Amino acid sequence: MATFEITTRSAKGDLKTDTMILNMGPQHPSTHGVLRLELVVDGEIIVDVIPHLGYLHRCFEKHAEQMTNYQQVIPYVDRMDYVAAMGNELAYVLAVEKLMGIEVPERVQYIRVIMAELQRIASHLLAIGTYGLDLGAFTPFLWCFREREKILDLFEITCGARLLYNYIWIGGLSHDLPSDFGKKLKDFLKTFPKALKEINDLLTYNKIFIDRTANIGVLPADVAINYGCSGPMLRGSGVKFDLRKNEPYLVYDRFEFDIPVGEGKMGTVGDCWDRYYVRVREMEESLKIIEQAWEQIPAGDVHAAIPKKARPPQGEIYFRAENPRGEIGFYIISDGHSSSPFRVKARAPSFVNLSVLPEISKGYMIADLVAILGSVDIVLGEVDR
Amino acid sequence: MNANEIYEKIRNKFEDAIVEFKSDAIVEPYLEVKPDRVKEICEFLRDEPDLAFDYLMCLSGVDYANGTLGVVYHLYSMKHGHRFVLKVKVPVENPVVQSVESVWKSANWHEREAYDMFGIIFEGHPDLRRILMPYDWPEGSHPLRKDFQVPEFYNGMKVPY
Repeated sequence: MATFEITTRSAKGDLKTDTMILNMGPQHPSTHGVLRLELVVDGEIIVDVIPHLGYLHRCFEKHAEQMTNYQQVIPYVDRMDYVAAMGNELAYVLAVEKLMGIEVPERVQYIRVIMAELQRIASHLLAIGTYGLDLGAFTPFLWCFREREKILDLFEITCGARLLYNYIWIGGLSHDLPSDFGKKLKDFLKTFPKALKEINDLLTYNKIFIDRTANIGVLPADVAINYGCSGPMLRGSGVKFDLRKNEPYLVYDRFEFDIPVGEGKMGTVGDCWDRYYVRVREMEESLKIIEQAWEQIPAGDVHAAIPKKARPPQGEIYFRAENPRGEIGFYIISDGHSSSPFRVKARAPSFVNLSVLPEISKGYMIADLVAILGSVDIVLGEVDR
Repeated sequence: MNANEIYEKIRNKFEDAIVEFKSDAIVEPYLEVKPDRVKEICEFLRDEPDLAFDYLMCLSGVDYANGTLGVVYHLYSMKHGHRFVLKVKVPVENPVVQSVESVWKSANWHEREAYDMFGIIFEGHPDLRRILMPYDWPEGSHPLRKDFQVPEFYNGMKVPY
C-alpha cells in the first residue's frame, strides 16, 4: 500500500502537482490602490511572484518638466506618497534649495522637522493599522485611525488641508503655525503614548498576530542592501541606517533619538514582525524628536528666504531624505536659463522596496503573501508615480 | 574618501574607459565613462574594499535634447559612507548601455523604467520589459523623450480630451 508523506511547507514527494498561475489583485487593501501580482503556485506554495505595475501612472516626471516654475511641482510631489505628503515635499524642496544655495531661517527648519515627524507617526499609524486589517484584526485599525485623525487636525489648522498639503515651500513655509497649535500638539504628545500602549497590547504582542508574522518573509541584510531597500524595510533586517543620523539634514543633529532595528525578538531577524515592530518603535522616537523640537523652537519669519521665482543655476543634484517608507530621493537637472526643471527623477522608496518582493515570498504559502506584502508597506501612488 | 580620490582609483585601472571627470560641477562632481565599460567599472567600485559601493541609490535616464541620451548612477557605500556619481552618454540612434543588474539588483526595475521612458537598451538585462506604460503602448514611443508627441488617439479614445 502506498504511503504519502505530507508536510505543511512543501508539496514535494508523492503529492507533486503541476504549477498553476494565479492572479492576485489588482485590488488589495494594503496596497492602497492597484497592483497585480502574478503568482506561480505549486498547490498553496508560492514558486514565483511577478509584480505588474503602472495602473496609477500619472506621469509626474513629465509634468514636472512642463510646469512654469519649480514651486508649481510641489502639489504633484504631494500626490506621490499621498499618506506622507509632508515628507515628499520636504525632500523635493530641500533638493531645490540645495541646488540654489538658499539658507532658510531656523524657525522654518524646526517647523519642518515637527511636521515631518508628525507625518511619520501618521503614516506609520496607517501602516500598522492596515497591516492588522490585512491579517484580520479590525479594532487596531480603528484605534490607529483615531490617533491619526488628531495629527490630521493639527495639519488642518496649520495649512488648511488634511491630505495634500502644499505647505513646505521653496525657502520657507506657506503659513506660520496658528496660535493654538502648541496647546493641541501638547495634548497629542500627552495622550499618544497611552494609545500606543493599547495598540501594542492589542496587536503587537497578540499570539495570533505573532504566529502570522514571525519567521515569515525573512529578508537578510545583504539582500536588502543589494536591492536598495531603505527605511523600516532595511532597518527591520538589522541594518542601523537612517538618513536623519547618517546624512543629517535640517536640524536633526540637535536632537537625541535612537534608530530602532529588527532584533529577531519573535523569530528571525528581518521577518515581517521585525519590520512591523520597527515602525512601532519609530513612532516613539518621533515623539521624542517632536518634544525636543517644540522646546527649542525659536521665533522668526517663515517667509524670509522665499524667492519670487526660483531659478537655480545650471547644475544637477541628487538629494535624499528619510521618509516614513524609506529613502526618497530627487535627482534634479537645471539648465540654468529656464524656470522649470529640465529633468526630475523621483527615487521613490516604495518602488525600490517592492522590487524585493519576489525574493522574500518564494517558498511561503499564499496566505503568507498577504502578510509579506503588507509588511513592505507600499503606497502605489509612489510605485508608479 | 572624496570624489577626487575615488576618481584616481578608477583612472589607475580604467584609463581607456574614461570620457570626462568634472570635479568642479555645481553641487556634485561626476565621472562620465564609456557605455560598454560601465559594468566592469561598477563591479570594481563594488568589490574594491576601500571603495565598497554596495548601495545603488538611484539610476536615472536623461534626454539631453541634443540627440544624446544618458544614464546617471548615484552610488553610496554603507560601509564607508561616501558617495559617487557615474554617468554614461549614448547617441539616440543606438542607445545601448551595459546593464548593471548583476552588480546591484536594485538596478533591475530602474533600468526597466529607463528603457520604458527613454528607450535606452540595457544589454544583459534579464527581463527588459516595459514597467509603467501599458503593454500595448506603441513600440518605439517613449514618453520622457523631449521630442515625444502625445498621440491623438489611444485605444480609440481621444487623448487631449
